[in-house]
Amino acid sequence: MSDMSGNSLHYHYIVPGDDFTQAGAASSAVKQILKQLGLNPQTIRKMSISLYEGEINMVIHAGGGEIDVDIDDKKIVAVLTDYGPGIEDVDLAMQAGWSTASEQVRGLGFGAGMGLPNMKKYSDELIINTTVGAGTKVTIVVNIEN
Amino acid sequence: MRVNDLCEKLGWELVHGDGEREITGGIYCCDLLSIVMGRAPSDSLWITVMGNVNAMAVAALADTACVAVAENMLIDDEAIAGAKKGNVTVIRTGLPVFESAMAAARLLGLN
Ligand SMILES: Nc1ncnc2c1ncn2[C@@H]1O[C@H](COP(=O)(O)OP(=O)(O)O)[C@@H](O)[C@H]1O
Ligand SMILES: [Mg+2]
Repeated sequence: MSDMSGNSLHYHYIVPGDDFTQAGAASSAVKQILKQLGLNPQTIRKMSISLYEGEINMVIHAGGGEIDVDIDDKKIVAVLTDYGPGIEDVDLAMQAGWSTASEQVRGLGFGAGMGLPNMKKYSDELIINTTVGAGTKVTIVVNIEN
Repeated sequence: MRVNDLCEKLGWELVHGDGEREITGGIYCCDLLSIVMGRAPSDSLWITVMGNVNAMAVAALADTACVAVAENMLIDDEAIAGAKKGNVTVIRTGLPVFESAMAAARLLGLN
């Protein structure tokens, strides 16, 4: 789904909760779009990794959510919104290896506690707005360099 | 070296893809997908025991040359469908991860 407004592209995705087989569908679609736009591989990799981690977090921690992606000639902005439990201590959640993922989720290869650190590492800007009991909004910005 | 040639020389099974992709990013071994995601070099030979659909998504996003599933672990239909969708080359061996990596490293001249 996309629409052109000014010089920017906008895409909207719904991320189903607890569906591990679909997890990553939005990130894959965005990666495809970035490829078609001819962006450099490093930029594509940065956004793909950050968005995938955010998408997985929505699935395993928050019961799904929505993703909005805006692309202009300077940057890619992804906003991930969920209405899950929120994050109690963001500083702690940002630490490499810290995770509240279930054994089932770990069995699938997730829950290493590297998601948020990866997002921090690969994005140019990462903003986390979260309220316990209400939900989380994660904004990922990756600059376009050519 | 192409994935094809590696399979042929080591007797590993080509499970999905045409095997034409070149392995130029070395060898990477890990099973935790978030770690793989952030650290597997693109164009690498990624060796893991994870043969599920999520592993295929990670291989596609991290853009590894292929996924090598060790220990002859099951690669289910969902994973194959994921590999198709993400255009991921998938190979398989009965060797454990360390032995797989040793064999591949020898062949690729990495040691
Ligand atoms: N969208 C979210 N909603 C609620 N909690 C979250 C969300 N994203 C992350 N968290 C919390 O932050 C922790 C660390 O996240 P992350 O670094 O991605 O590691 P992992 O997902 O492997 O647990 C999670 O275990 C979880 O407690
Ligand atoms: Mg995570």
